[in-house]
Amino acid sequence: MEISLNVNGTAHSLEVPANTLLSDILRERLRLTGTHVGCDTSQCGACVVHVNGDAVKSCTVLAGQANGASVTTIEGIGTPDDLHPMQTAFRDNHALQCGFCTPGMIMSAIELVEKNDGLTEQAVRDGLEGNLCRCTGYHNIVKAVLAAARQM
Amino acid sequence: MTAETGIGASVKRKEDARFITGTGRYTDDVSAPGQSYAVFARSPHARAKLGGIDTSAAAASDGVVAVFTGADLQADGIGDLPCGWMVKSKDGSDMVQPPHPPLAIERVNYVGEPYAVVVAETLEAAKNGAEAVQADFEELPAVVDLKNAAAADSIHDAAPNNQCYDWELGDGAATDAAFERAHHVTRLHIVNNRLIPNAIEPRAALGEYDAAAGSYTLHTTSQNPHLERLVLAAFVNVAPEAKLRVISPDVGGGFGSKIFVYAEETAVIWAAGKLRRPVKWRAERSESFLADAHGRDHVTDAELALAEDGEFLGLRVRTKANMGAYLSTFASSVPTYLYGTLLAGQYKTPAIHVQVQALFTNTAPVDAYRGAGRPEATYVVERLVETAAREIGMDPSDLRRRNFIQPDDFPYETPVALTYDTGDYEASLDKALAHADYAGFAARKAASEASGNKRGIGFSCYIEACGLAPSQVAISLGAGVGLFEVGEVRVDVTGSVTVTTGSHSHGQSHETTFAQIISEKLGVQFENVTVLHGDTGRSDYALGTYGSRSLAVGGSAIVKATEKIVAKGKKIAAHILEAKEDQVDFADGVFQVVDSNQSLTFGEVAFAAYVPANYPLEELEPGLSEKAFYDPPNFTYPAGAHICEVEVDPQTGVVRIEKFVAVDDFGHIVNPMIVEGQVHGGLAQGIGQALLEHGVYDETGQLLSGSYMDYTMPRADDLPSFLVDTTTTPCTHNPLGVKGCGEAGAIGSTAAVMNAVTNALGVTELPMPATPETVWRALREA
Ligand code: FES
Ligand code: FES
Repeated sequence: MEISLNVNGTAHSLEVPANTLLSDILRERLRLTGTHVGCDTSQCGACVVHVNGDAVKSCTVLAGQANGASVTTIEGIGTPDDLHPMQTAFRDNHALQCGFCTPGMIMSAIELVEKNDGLTEQAVRDGLEGNLCRCTGYHNIVKAVLAAARQM
Repeated sequence: MTAETGIGASVKRKEDARFITGTGRYTDDVSAPGQSYAVFARSPHARAKLGGIDTSAAAASDGVVAVFTGADLQADGIGDLPCGWMVKSKDGSDMVQPPHPPLAIERVNYVGEPYAVVVAETLEAAKNGAEAVQADFEELPAVVDLKNAAAADSIHDAAPNNQCYDWELGDGAATDAAFERAHHVTRLHIVNNRLIPNAIEPRAALGEYDAAAGSYTLHTTSQNPHLERLVLAAFVNVAPEAKLRVISPDVGGGFGSKIFVYAEETAVIWAAGKLRRPVKWRAERSESFLADAHGRDHVTDAELALAEDGEFLGLRVRTKANMGAYLSTFASSVPTYLYGTLLAGQYKTPAIHVQVQALFTNTAPVDAYRGAGRPEATYVVERLVETAAREIGMDPSDLRRRNFIQPDDFPYETPVALTYDTGDYEASLDKALAHADYAGFAARKAASEASGNKRGIGFSCYIEACGLAPSQVAISLGAGVGLFEVGEVRVDVTGSVTVTTGSHSHGQSHETTFAQIISEKLGVQFENVTVLHGDTGRSDYALGTYGSRSLAVGGSAIVKATEKIVAKGKKIAAHILEAKEDQVDFADGVFQVVDSNQSLTFGEVAFAAYVPANYPLEELEPGLSEKAFYDPPNFTYPAGAHICEVEVDPQTGVVRIEKFVAVDDFGHIVNPMIVEGQVHGGLAQGIGQALLEHGVYDETGQLLSGSYMDYTMPRADDLPSFLVDTTTTPCTHNPLGVKGCGEAGAIGSTAAVMNAVTNALGVTELPMPATPETVWRALREA
């Protein structure tokens, strides 16, 4: 099928099989490999991107569902010289080790902060429940998200 | 300059710049022009005879390029996947190493074992092709239960009673005598639950063959690319060593599971050569569950003999260790040299005897998982000690103190073959008790009880042995490889530095930590140091990263190389400054003639080495690039005290961790921020084992916990924030005085949690994981 979507501000028209997943479109067709696939069963959150402003697991979005959408990936939120406050907070608080969960974690965390005021530690923990990290024990991720919330 | 970026500074990580912007480069991010895709056909049965495999429908399926079976690999001379550590049974016989073809031939022995690989133009075509592979299976009764495996049908003809080995360590007679003298004996039956590692990046491989050069390049998710290359070349016969380059780019966590050489990358690199085109494979998560090597899975009976005053007299341990269906790369060493040797813990127990029977079952291979043997040993010792304290009515902290090896006892030779170089166990415990407000526990418990809840506190005073060493001792005990590390320090013409290490970072932050060492030792700006790793084409043969060895072994090699750089730099500076070599000092990046104002910067000396206008060419080679190999004389011995406090809701059985304190002695610390992060991650895995995680097979050998819906990974809302602190007794035998921190959290924490939960419930034994159901049932039965 033919789909059009806007990714990180650039419009794309693509011919893809109807059963193609958004994560595959991003990774394989657009070579935006910052979006990771950790489970392909909607459980780990490594693939989270923003679709029309909502954090979604791109491994469970079909091409047709993404048609016409505006998508933001980890590559689209900041540049090395002008990082998003969440990116800065992750670096400053050592909220990542191997970095594999990080793109999805940052995209989920941005939505969490944007949509909630007065986040507490518990609210951050509950809010990130859909994102697995095997490296950090979440301690520094929680710290980073609370720090970014103060900046955003 | 170096104070902010040298040893001891919490420098922000170099690697983050790419990871937070989505520009990391993991194996699955690498693609080759014209690549094909591999999907494996995997056994649906735990144990079956594998008759004919009909690949015709698969081969005819749309887009399929080729289908290969084990017979194809065998016919091409591809060998078995070997185990790298030969353990001997107590009767002196060699362990049994059953044949382990990369793709099953004649038999399948666990669910998920690959028996064919389909290569196709697209991933979807490869999946469809794999579905179309038809195999004749004749099911056989599966051997699943470890406790009864020795009495079951033999899985491998070579292994009667399913025994791999029956190993022992320590003095059995002395231990028996200690038990005869005992005033009190504490006994526990301990099951160390099977875990599934679950690095968030699934394993992956991209194989390429360059026909013009006759050479192979394998990108794969390995913690030790050189080992991968050695095994694939020398043992599996994929290609001559010199014709095979293995690259492990960014790797998304390992925790042991990516040490091993697996069937999948073997098949991928071989197929790339056969087909003369790139072949790529990435595990789906269900494949990770089925076919990554699992961890732990011990059943143990342990007894501690005590004198009337609480002195430990003897320890007797009988363990059955599950090897799974085949011996994974280092499986045999985990329940022996990484387990039995650690049973002295932090204590002066004079007599210890351990027997370990390793058994095959129709389950996925079991091998090292974060801590590897040492968590199992700590769990046995610390559950016993805590239980003994309760039984004899002594405070658990006092009983430990009564038996600690004291600071003036070092070097201390244990009855189980190790010599601890240094430590101060009481210092860690004291600090942990203060952080935990142990004195206030009784009041907190009373408050919990007043609100209808139960509260418990538990300790774990662990020791581990890191940086497995020395090579000669390990090889004499059966290791098939040396255990040194290599570091190369290349000074560029302009004075910047490129470090190449054989260690591998898959989260550990080598690019930062090793740059800090260079900044400290050579006075070079942190920004001007680049650390390269993970490529056999770049570094000399070395052993990679596992067992918390990177800094203690790899870092030491780099320090040795910097010493050579400084020594050569002094010669160059002495020549230029017309001074005697022994009159040149080097500090903070400056070569200085003593008692003079004559000096050269590090950059000036580097430049002189590469533009040798005024240079002693007759005595000294030009250039400034040095390499060092470092073989440690001993293990390092990180140790510490973990204290966990829990509240249990008796209505629901839910355990809540109220506070977790970890005080660890890692010797000197290069980057405290990174070390804390390593501890946090380890704690999460140790707590996960205690409360959440469990790899479960049903009686037919089907993996019940084969997805994130069934295997409970610790999530952010399952864990507390941690209170971590350190004490310091520097390692006495490496140049940095460092011990290693990667596994401590996972080694110490599990026993602390279970000691806390059993304390809260007032029970002696409780199986892990202590899920709400388990806890609820225990309360009903108590
Ligand atoms: S890859 Fe999408 S949730 Fe795991
Ligand atoms: S940083 Fe490795 S999984 Fe989160």
